[in-house]
Amino acid sequence: MSALSGAARPAIAPGMRLQWEPAQAAHVLLYPEGMVQLNGSAGAILARCDGVRTVAEIVADLEQTFGAADLTADVTAFVELALERRWLELRA
Amino acid sequence: MSVGPPLQMSQAVGPPLWLLLELTYRCPLHCVFCYNPTEFAAVGAELPTAEWLRVLREARALGAVQLGLSGGEPLARDDLEPIVAEAHALGYYINLITSGVGMTEERIGALKRAGLDHIQLSFQDSTRELNDFLSSTRTFELKAKVAELIRRYDYPMVLNVVLHRLNIEHVGEILALAESLGAQYVELANTQYYGWAWLNRAHLLPSRAQLERAEAVTRAFRERVGSKMQIYFVVPDYFETRPKACMNGLGRVFLAITPDGTALPCHAARMLPGLEFPNVRERDVRSIWYESAAFNHFRGEAWMKEPCRSCPERQRDFGGCRCQAYLLTGDAANADPVCELSQHHHLVTAAVAEAERAVAAAGAASLVFRDHRISIAVEPPRAAPPAS
Repeated sequence: MSALSGAARPAIAPGMRLQWEPAQAAHVLLYPEGMVQLNGSAGAILARCDGVRTVAEIVADLEQTFGAADLTADVTAFVELALERRWLELRA
Repeated sequence: MSVGPPLQMSQAVGPPLWLLLELTYRCPLHCVFCYNPTEFAAVGAELPTAEWLRVLREARALGAVQLGLSGGEPLARDDLEPIVAEAHALGYYINLITSGVGMTEERIGALKRAGLDHIQLSFQDSTRELNDFLSSTRTFELKAKVAELIRRYDYPMVLNVVLHRLNIEHVGEILALAESLGAQYVELANTQYYGWAWLNRAHLLPSRAQLERAEAVTRAFRERVGSKMQIYFVVPDYFETRPKACMNGLGRVFLAITPDGTALPCHAARMLPGLEFPNVRERDVRSIWYESAAFNHFRGEAWMKEPCRSCPERQRDFGGCRCQAYLLTGDAANADPVCELSQHHHLVTAAVAEAERAVAAAGAASLVFRDHRISIAVEPPRAAPPAS
């Protein structure tokens, strides 16, 4: 897994579900008999992975939302990790 | 076990993130390794639908989000569909843990529409003969048909096979069966010795050589299939030198409700003496989880004895399994004897040594099948290892 294109469109993988849990004050990723509690940035990235937006668009949105610059490397690294863990898949 | 520092609980107690509803102890299978209590026939009437729905709402309000629907065989309840529908509306991720017996196209369609997220299908072996023998049923072909339904209804294929002396040599064939069924997740769960498995331990505990062969076969299979199939090999803790972090600590994340409404911090905890487990018919889930004496008892470290009390690993494994400590040593507050630091560790190594001898002798086994009639006749578990 390397050189993820900015044009890739990541989506939550089948069988996985992302939701906000007030009791944990966090986004969680739910899957067969398991759950990952996400930190703020991971939650913000995954919540934007809808299979429609590209990685580049997600980066732009996050930079604007959080008033940050140069998030490409961080977002790309996390999306690659999430693909490897099968939390995400890429849509055509 | 009352002397010790005051409990540092309350604020530290998190929500019951994992809710398991054992909807019924009825089951068409008679598995020799079942963890259900041997005295299940004496358990009171099952909760009606409305009570299960109330439990779902109350636990969800506390933060429960992973839901297991289990039993017995949950498909034996004809209200499974409305229970799933309510759970889905509340936002649970819903896992159905089933033998497949009772699953039809009509029911899987209804469960899918109701919002069921995932089905874990159990097999007992890769061969029809042993599958059917171990469960004392003729269910092998039926399970294959249910696997086909699971695929057709677009669920991830998740298979569970409980391993023990009688099927562990078939691990390669079991994995091949899983592959042919298109499994994405396979759990090879070595038997844990509670309930019927405890009764049958002398027949079920594998030898170390059997275990090592099975692990080697699993490793080779993993290398061949790569990431398309995720295989979890749950090592039997009798072969370890440190205990499992059972339930991540009692009363920390896991809440089980048995068919009669008894709330437990672990599916097997009903056996623990001196604790009065509350019932959802009488108390709401919030008061059960946060306030009941039974749920607070094994929270924190005040209950611990040496060597756990001063052990640097106590926050990692919480002293292991309370039920195993009780079954093997007679005192639930002792260290889990799986731990080599336990003064009772020899009880575990003796059981393993006995298994080595039995596998070597390989005489004909006489197994006790999980059965309603035998459940009435059998004695509740006592704090001594079963005769071997």
